[in-house]
Amino acid sequence: MRVVALAALAAALGLATPAFASEERPTPAELESELVCPVCESTLDTSNAPVAIRMKEIIRERIAQGRTKTEIKDELVAQFGTGVLATPPKEGLDLLAWVLPLAGLAVGAAAVGVLAWRWSRPRKDDDDDDGDGGAPAAGPELDAELEHRLDRELARFE
Amino acid sequence: MSGRLRLGAQAVAVAAVLALLALLVWKVAQGSDNEVTGSLAEGGTPEAPVFELARLPGEGELSLDELRGKAVVLNFWASWCGPCKEETPLLERTWKRWQTRDVVFVGVNVKDFRGDALDFMREYGVTYPNVYDGKGWTVGRYGVTGFPETYFVDAQGRVVYRVAGPVEAEDLEVGIDRALSA
Repeated sequence: MRVVALAALAAALGLATPAFASEERPTPAELESELVCPVCESTLDTSNAPVAIRMKEIIRERIAQGRTKTEIKDELVAQFGTGVLATPPKEGLDLLAWVLPLAGLAVGAAAVGVLAWRWSRPRKDDDDDDGDGGAPAAGPELDAELEHRLDRELARFE
Repeated sequence: MSGRLRLGAQAVAVAAVLALLALLVWKVAQGSDNEVTGSLAEGGTPEAPVFELARLPGEGELSLDELRGKAVVLNFWASWCGPCKEETPLLERTWKRWQTRDVVFVGVNVKDFRGDALDFMREYGVTYPNVYDGKGWTVGRYGVTGFPETYFVDAQGRVVYRVAGPVEAEDLEVGIDRALSA
């Protein structure tokens, strides 16, 4: 039990350390992939627009000054608005961009589940009259003339 | 149970459709991104979208409404824009020539670093009023297609002329003349 707990702690620390390092000592490459050029609307790492080039310079300057990733992003958002973030912030109306796809998936999965459940249920018509698993119940009675004709047709095959 | 489930699903579907419809109506009500440019291209004189933006440099805000009664030359620019550097000396000279005659030049610095914009203004000796629009709110409202771009607004607040790209002396004369005579 103790071994499992230690393994879980080690795994958690292993995941948390790179995230902490990324926040405290971001690299230009990761920030450039998380920020968007406000003029051409592609990420900075794929843009050579003059404003994108200037933003990359600012990012390098701020990293050299020891700013954290959040501080650098906040400064750029203050200048250009939240549109420079490659992924929308998880607050206000922007939260919809995160919630709606998940809600859509949940509704879709629920709809598929309900349909599958309904289709997998035995239909009433298929049930036995007495429920003993025997032969299905006979259909409606045929009129005498039709029954007579059916007998004649069947007799031809005997 | 099945009936209630179906009713619930239908209600959710109708609510989703209504929500999407409301989003569409809201977006249309916000206006299209090129309402001014589109109207000008059809020979109209659309109302200049009013803005109230932080002065650059200095404190406080400048509103386009404050300038009603004067002809306004609205120049959209950014410090990282090469052609803006070419036209700025001409704008400054022309502003000095017209400023006493009910003509106001207003620079709108867009999608730029505030510090870079101030450096640019110092370097080129810009003295006409400027405002800062880092988020580019005015770009969509006016339908600015690139930088620089200049709009001429008459005393009633209507856009009467537009020049995309760096202005020439002749463009400024024509635009100011139209704004004053409208």
